[in-house]
Amino acid sequence: MRMLTAQTLPAAGEITVLGYRLPDQSKQARMEMGVVPQLDNLDVELTCRQILTVFARLYRVPSSARVEAVQRALELANLVPRAETIVRELSGGMRRRLLVARGLIHRPSLVLLDEPTVGLDPQVRQELWSLIDGLRTQGVTVLMSTHYIEEAERLADVVAVMSHGKIVAQGTPAELVREHAGELVIEVYGPPEQLAELSELAASRSWQSRRSGPALAIMHAERLDGDAPDGVRRPANLEDAFVALTGEEIE
Amino acid sequence: MSVQAEIDGGRPRARRVGRLEPAALAAVMSRDIVIFGRYWKATTFSSVVQPTIYLLAFGLGFGTLVKTIGHVKTIEYVATGTVATAVLFSSAFPGMFNTFIRWQFQRTYDAMLATPLDVEELITAEILWISLRAGVYGLAPLLVGFAFGLRPEWGMLLVPAIGFLTGFGFAAFGVLVAAIAKTIDNFNYITSAVLTPMFLVAGTFFPVSALPAGVRQIAQVNPLYHCVQLVRDASLGALHVGDLGHAAVLLAFALLTWRLAIWRLGTRLID
Repeated sequence: MRMLTAQTLPAAGEITVLGYRLPDQSKQARMEMGVVPQLDNLDVELTCRQILTVFARLYRVPSSARVEAVQRALELANLVPRAETIVRELSGGMRRRLLVARGLIHRPSLVLLDEPTVGLDPQVRQELWSLIDGLRTQGVTVLMSTHYIEEAERLADVVAVMSHGKIVAQGTPAELVREHAGELVIEVYGPPEQLAELSELAASRSWQSRRSGPALAIMHAERLDGDAPDGVRRPANLEDAFVALTGEEIE
Repeated sequence: MSVQAEIDGGRPRARRVGRLEPAALAAVMSRDIVIFGRYWKATTFSSVVQPTIYLLAFGLGFGTLVKTIGHVKTIEYVATGTVATAVLFSSAFPGMFNTFIRWQFQRTYDAMLATPLDVEELITAEILWISLRAGVYGLAPLLVGFAFGLRPEWGMLLVPAIGFLTGFGFAAFGVLVAAIAKTIDNFNYITSAVLTPMFLVAGTFFPVSALPAGVRQIAQVNPLYHCVQLVRDASLGALHVGDLGHAAVLLAFALLTWRLAIWRLGTRLID
């Protein structure tokens, strides 16, 4: 993510963002780009309005449009009643919304969201999701990194699955699910020994399976005829595909 | 609305950008001004109280024993010397601490560099702001001095400019120190081993000529010494051609530390 704003320089290769070559033309690229970092780097001593005003200047919003841009960003982030509150006194969710508003103050055509919902309450996450969806509807390109698979499945038009720093698969969520996890998954619940047995059986019949909490999930279950084990049947999802692609072991 | 503007949603596209754009510098300084709005009382308080204490201690205490230093009345000598220390402390310390805190602890610089702002603009604007402030606050010892019998001089109007130039160099020096320091505790080395001797061996409270020859040589390369000479000559109506040399040293110091600060911190901000 830092490479796209030329804050980290690549050891090899070339990067082009919005048609601008980095790092030579990174300033032009950054002018049309909004960044929402993973780490909260808000100025804790300033109020919401002050922060947004400073960033409106940094993003070169013309002075005639600045007040309006700040107001619009405050509305977008639902922070109008908190406009004059110092950041230190905001809740975690409010700070995250302010962080998003700060990156959108200049109506960028590309928004970089680095793990935007880490550690947020479900309510706040929902709010952010609708905000991101709203951007997409307006035709803004959103590049988001996340390790919440559900988030990618719900929001993304195109998902790139990364493993060990490389893209291992790319496509729409539906394509990835169909290709790597099939249509149907059977989840079998039982004591560990039984699941281990079933896992061996699955391997011998070359069924694709994975541990899913207290259950064993068998993917591509629509291909099984008759001899499918009893269990809960559910549609395959992106998490199944993700684990199928990146493996069960994590380092 | 033109066709192009319609496609771009009215945003200016591919606008030309240059180095050290005034809009970028103004944006960074606007943040400094907002923060200053919260702290100006404390800053102003200390910048008035500190010279008052110096003048009380040196002027009244020491001054009753020593009426003049060289050809200058002790009160005049100390008041003008204190201008230089005020400039030094109000530029080197913010250069060190503000930079380190905003960069390492608050990560403000990371956030700002994601906008159309270059490292060069960010650092230059920060140094500019500190030195403007140092120039203004450098006047405080003179104002306090008036209460102790210092006579107003037209040349004193040059003091903010001298303070600005000196402050620029020391602010940049502070940024450079912050860029090199591994932790904020390392600043103690600089404060005790560089800044403290620097402000004593500069003719602030006693003349450099009273020092051994070797130390006198060191004073010649001490930018603060040149600041003290300039301030004293300007404030006591004694400006002469030789003062251009002092100004040249301060300018060279400012340019050198400015470029070094951008280079050093640049390599650490962009990895």
